[in-house]
Amino acid sequence: MALLDLIKFPTERDYSLTGPEAQRAIDNGLAGAEWYRTPIDRKTMKALMRRSDGPALRDTALWFALLALTAAGGVAFWGSWWAVPFFLAYGVLYGSAADSRWHECGHRTAFKTVWMNDVVYQIASFMMMRNPVVWRWSHTRHHTDTIIVGRDPEISGMRPPQLIVIGLNLFGLVSAPQSFAALARNAMGRLSPEEADFVPESERPKAYWIARAHMAIYAATLAACLAMGSILPAMLIGLPRLYGTWLLLVLGLPQHLGLAEDVLDHRLNARTVLMNPVLRFLYWNMNYHMEHHMYPMVPYHALPRLHEAVKHDCPPPSPSLYAAWREIVPCVLRQLRDPHHFIRPQLPEGAGAARQSPPLAAE
Amino acid sequence: MPAIDACALDDIEEEDLIRFDHGGKTYAIYRMFGEEVFCTDGLCTHEQVHLEDGLVMDYVIECPRHNGRFDIRTGAAKGAPACIDLATYPARVEAGRVIVELPA
Repeated sequence: MALLDLIKFPTERDYSLTGPEAQRAIDNGLAGAEWYRTPIDRKTMKALMRRSDGPALRDTALWFALLALTAAGGVAFWGSWWAVPFFLAYGVLYGSAADSRWHECGHRTAFKTVWMNDVVYQIASFMMMRNPVVWRWSHTRHHTDTIIVGRDPEISGMRPPQLIVIGLNLFGLVSAPQSFAALARNAMGRLSPEEADFVPESERPKAYWIARAHMAIYAATLAACLAMGSILPAMLIGLPRLYGTWLLLVLGLPQHLGLAEDVLDHRLNARTVLMNPVLRFLYWNMNYHMEHHMYPMVPYHALPRLHEAVKHDCPPPSPSLYAAWREIVPCVLRQLRDPHHFIRPQLPEGAGAARQSPPLAAE
Repeated sequence: MPAIDACALDDIEEEDLIRFDHGGKTYAIYRMFGEEVFCTDGLCTHEQVHLEDGLVMDYVIECPRHNGRFDIRTGAAKGAPACIDLATYPARVEAGRVIVELPA
């Protein structure tokens, strides 16, 4: 961690879950608070929440097929430059697309059938090098206290944003070693103080055992590499978390980057970005991120309909990924000089009043 | 436990629930199909979010905040983040009214 501190910009606020900001958030009524939601009538909401296996079965079959095809191509052409495009595609399908499968199946909304969610969740967690138990609880907290400093363990864009770390993480150079170290720690039967803040006692033995299973698979992969005298097995298992994760950052960082901290309104701290069908397949519609936070019960395949149902009450979405980054880059560069700067989305006329936190409302 | 006339059966759609407040506590009353009704505590045992906006599907209520799931027949929590069972209460239909037995 000390090494990591050498490349981090100092932040005014303590983003850890065990520092003074955690108590401040509780004292300010920001922890476990009531959040703004655009009203939707019950009949419409029930239709939006309705579960189905069909879309996720289709998309998962396609995902696995593409993984298998690109892996087969990479193996077949291993040793020649022809393997490169196959591994580029395989890496993105593994190290980027698995994140959205992890996410949707973690909510258990992707499939109607619960075990299907759980199977894909376990596979995707492994691919993303995440402990499925720890990260389920981490993400639960992220939904309770979204971008509440001292409470949310999934704030990726601090103020100022850690641009060197973000840059290195385009190839997982910080996040993957951190994830691997966390798995190793869990496998030894320990949680970090941060993890202990959100993983209940009753869940911890499960976290330790699944970490051991993950470590066993990595050990087997390493053994295969040694036996073959080749990194090819690791190119298929483990390394894609490095070389294929760049698209996840490009798609995922706009979720919250540059937006408000410590507000109780997802319209102010989450961003919806319109994307083309290919990216929406890779990202399983997580680009409708504000809507997802407002109504996490709605499965990914219904998020475009949810977007239509609430857009009259919400800031206009970024019309493209390019537009989102054009908004974000100047903001984060200014935050290097002025960490109090952030983007304030404009709510449409007639929208419900923004739910600000007490300190922001007093500004 | 006293029997309480909570609502008309038709006040609840099939495979749905309503909130019912009584005696300073809040409950959830569910209707599956026909006259099959159930009653549980109204707040999710995970973070005390009311279940009234949740999804009822195959005898399971799913919390609207974190997707914690409970069997509405037994109150059994069906996996993280729901780890503590919901309390359940007897419920029945009499002459088109939903009768629930709640603590005095």
